[in-house]
Amino acid sequence: MSDTKPRKLKINILRYDPHIKGDEPHIDTFEIEEAPGMTLFIVLNDIREHHDASLKFDFVCRAGICGSCGMLINGKPGLACSTLTSRLPDEINLAPLPFFELIGDLSIYNGKWMRGMNERLETWIHHKEKELRDIDRIEEPMDPDLAEEIYELDRCIECGCCIAGCGTIQMNENFVGAVGLNKIARYRLDPRDERTDADYYELIGDENGVFGCMTLLGCEDVCPKKLPLQSKIAYMRRQMVKTGLNNNIRKCNCLQHEEKMPEH
Amino acid sequence: MNIIYTDVLVVGGGLAGLRVATGVQERGHHTIVLTLVPPKRSHSAAAQGGMQASLGNCAMGWGDNEDIHFEDTVKGSDWGADQQVVRMFVNTAPKAIRQLTHYGVPWNRVRKGKHESIINAEKVVIEEKEEAHGLITARDFGGTKKWRTCYTSDGTGHSMLYAMDNKAHEDRVEIHERMEALSLIHHHGRCYGVVARNLMSGEIVAYIAKATTIATGGYGRIYEVSTNAIICQGTGQAIALESGIATLGNMEAVQFHPTAIVPVGILTTEGCRGDGGLLRDVDGYRFMPDYEPEKKELASRDVVSRRMIEHIRKGKGVPSRYGDHLWLDITILGRKHIEKNLREVKDICENFLGIDPAVDWIPVRPTQHYSMGGIRTKHTGESQTLKGLYACGEAACWDMHGFNRLGGNSVSETVVSGMLVAEYISDFCDSPQSHIGISTGAIEVFVEAEKEKIHRLLNNEGGEDAYVLRRAMEKIMMEKVGIFRNGKDLQDAVEQLEQLHIRSKNIGVFRSKSYAANPALVVAYRTQKMIKVALTVAYGALLRTESRGAHAREDYPMRDDINWLKRTITSWPDPEQTLPTVTYEPIDIMDMELPPGWRGYGKKNIIENPDSAIQQAKIDAIRNELLKKGADRFAIQKALMPYEHLLPERYRGRNERLYERFDEQKDDQ
Repeated sequence: MSDTKPRKLKINILRYDPHIKGDEPHIDTFEIEEAPGMTLFIVLNDIREHHDASLKFDFVCRAGICGSCGMLINGKPGLACSTLTSRLPDEINLAPLPFFELIGDLSIYNGKWMRGMNERLETWIHHKEKELRDIDRIEEPMDPDLAEEIYELDRCIECGCCIAGCGTIQMNENFVGAVGLNKIARYRLDPRDERTDADYYELIGDENGVFGCMTLLGCEDVCPKKLPLQSKIAYMRRQMVKTGLNNNIRKCNCLQHEEKMPEH
Repeated sequence: MNIIYTDVLVVGGGLAGLRVATGVQERGHHTIVLTLVPPKRSHSAAAQGGMQASLGNCAMGWGDNEDIHFEDTVKGSDWGADQQVVRMFVNTAPKAIRQLTHYGVPWNRVRKGKHESIINAEKVVIEEKEEAHGLITARDFGGTKKWRTCYTSDGTGHSMLYAMDNKAHEDRVEIHERMEALSLIHHHGRCYGVVARNLMSGEIVAYIAKATTIATGGYGRIYEVSTNAIICQGTGQAIALESGIATLGNMEAVQFHPTAIVPVGILTTEGCRGDGGLLRDVDGYRFMPDYEPEKKELASRDVVSRRMIEHIRKGKGVPSRYGDHLWLDITILGRKHIEKNLREVKDICENFLGIDPAVDWIPVRPTQHYSMGGIRTKHTGESQTLKGLYACGEAACWDMHGFNRLGGNSVSETVVSGMLVAEYISDFCDSPQSHIGISTGAIEVFVEAEKEKIHRLLNNEGGEDAYVLRRAMEKIMMEKVGIFRNGKDLQDAVEQLEQLHIRSKNIGVFRSKSYAANPALVVAYRTQKMIKVALTVAYGALLRTESRGAHAREDYPMRDDINWLKRTITSWPDPEQTLPTVTYEPIDIMDMELPPGWRGYGKKNIIENPDSAIQQAKIDAIRNELLKKGADRFAIQKALMPYEHLLPERYRGRNERLYERFDEQKDDQ
């Protein structure tokens, strides 16, 4: 055990409670003595319990699994629960993830945004038969490598860090973000989903989808699950270019799709 | 007053709640799910290791079936489980997993040919069958005779929860996020919904439904250290208890998982040991074979946890500033395996311990993990005493785990119970009995009561600090109602918790006064509820003078099948009483398909009931006679303990396996 005195951490938190009339965004600073193995989860709960009981933030699993606690940590999106203070300087600036609706202080309503994105991209397996006809029978086999590949993309925890780190969405709020494009890549890979590239083109083949990405790729830098967002966006873009060209050739097909297109 | 009407209200958006919601919606009943957090953030996501279902696809699972899964589960429960419920469960689990495959869970698959694996610290070569290639594979877990735990890497719960939530999106299930149920609305012995609080705006809303389902998970957070997510605070059990009518079952049955990391208590999956990981002591010595020669690291969780503490008490723990711990060694599995199949474990080790588990041993200690107890229900999921109230998943006690749950049986239970309970609820909603017969005046009484409580909390100057009471409760539970229990400590615990309960009536929120989003207010009212739940656990543990499953009394080390083969039933009929009311529900050996015996692991320490031998002889006679007649396992099972009539009709079918093909069976018949 080392004898060095524990650090005094200066925690600056961007505060604002939209439910309190007249409240203005401001910074509150708290001083915390660092402890071994301390994470921002421990820091924030300590502040709430001993300094300011009104401080709002979100944690659920506190193990880096559930995606609740995305926030800006010294300007960079990340999960607070799995951030050790020992990896940060003496002064730590915390702010809510930008772009999402604010509940208060560090607490954001990103569940609402994620649900909207999932509904819009229809992120579920599309079968001809919605329910399995005979659940007593042996399941359909799947190539073991493919199953593992699908899980690789299924590991997204919808924390919203990629959205907060996205330059495109700052300029176009209808952009589906890396989280959305990754999901389409996941379902496209899955043979159980009967959608074709033409179907996916309808969902992401425009400036709000894969062609809107300005390829700044902050998403990949900040993804806590280290998902291959860069290569998946590039791959989906190539596939959608091909599909777009084919669509133009098969005009009647195109007309059919136009009838189904949602209003913009 | 804001009143929202629906057919079925589901409180809790984890696996169990979502599976109920999609099930009843499919049957044509409108559903609203209330959740504290977005459903995909529920604690179900943290289930790493897997889901038990006797598919028998992989070589080490070959020959598995419902009978073996049944036997493992009942032994795991230390004969506390309701054996008919276990039968319902094991028959439905293969269907549930196949359905989840349809919903999008990728599952790891069997790869034909030879592969290396680690069993009992040695490399072995296993050969998978050609015809099983691509089917769902399984890993080994504690307390099971076959490799039965199906998995998606070590993100099984995550992939299941995402598939279920996506299915809920597809089915247009209405989800009301950040809505917390504060109390049940009931009238003349019928439950009609809940009073809920919007955690963002503070609005109080009445949700009125034909059927109300509680699927809020366990109550692990009454302990100071728990593997549970911080929202697993037992508030679902608490609102049932506070109704004064609904009852809770076996609340003292609390599981400690052998391998949570020290000090923060985050879980490393049982898959670590299932895949071949070992437990080592301060000398690096592998000690489990000395205690459990047969199952070693893979005895049931209650047994492994106790053996670890026994070993630490012998001075073999590894000292640390956070107390003694032991080592979990998965280095022998190799980096490739760890990075593919145990990646969450690797991330957790890196992020929270700063170690590389492919090189370093992991500091672990048994930690509170699972609540076998919960809202006592019939096999249909309906409360035994409050009509129209249902519960399922970890929140319930229907009771398939008895006094100890097997690893992999919990996520499996969430979806299986969700499937079944959705059918029973739908049947109820289809019947005229389900009509809503409560006036808005009666609803208002419940709403006003909750508003009044909140008003009192926010305006009680000089009241008690909820955090102080909460921390005191957590410490009592940790120190006196833990893995090993004794009468003196439990008596202390009950008395101290009773005092905390009395003090908790005078909590004041004095640092944060907002009626809208206000974490201090949330801590205040949840603490009042949690202390009551803690009392049911401690009091049940004090009164149960035997050791069964996870309930281990040092002063009563024997499992007592003469006096204690019964379920603890707890209620709180009068809000003014300061201790819960405890009664017991007998479990009849003469109804059992598998009479009490030795589990095959753990200490042989049983006060036997003479009925066990009588019932066993009866069963042996029936079995022998039927075998002589050439009866198959299904006919024998049916003769011993019929249960199929309890299942919804659509889930009564047999399960196909590679070695039990439907076509072949038909040829045979």
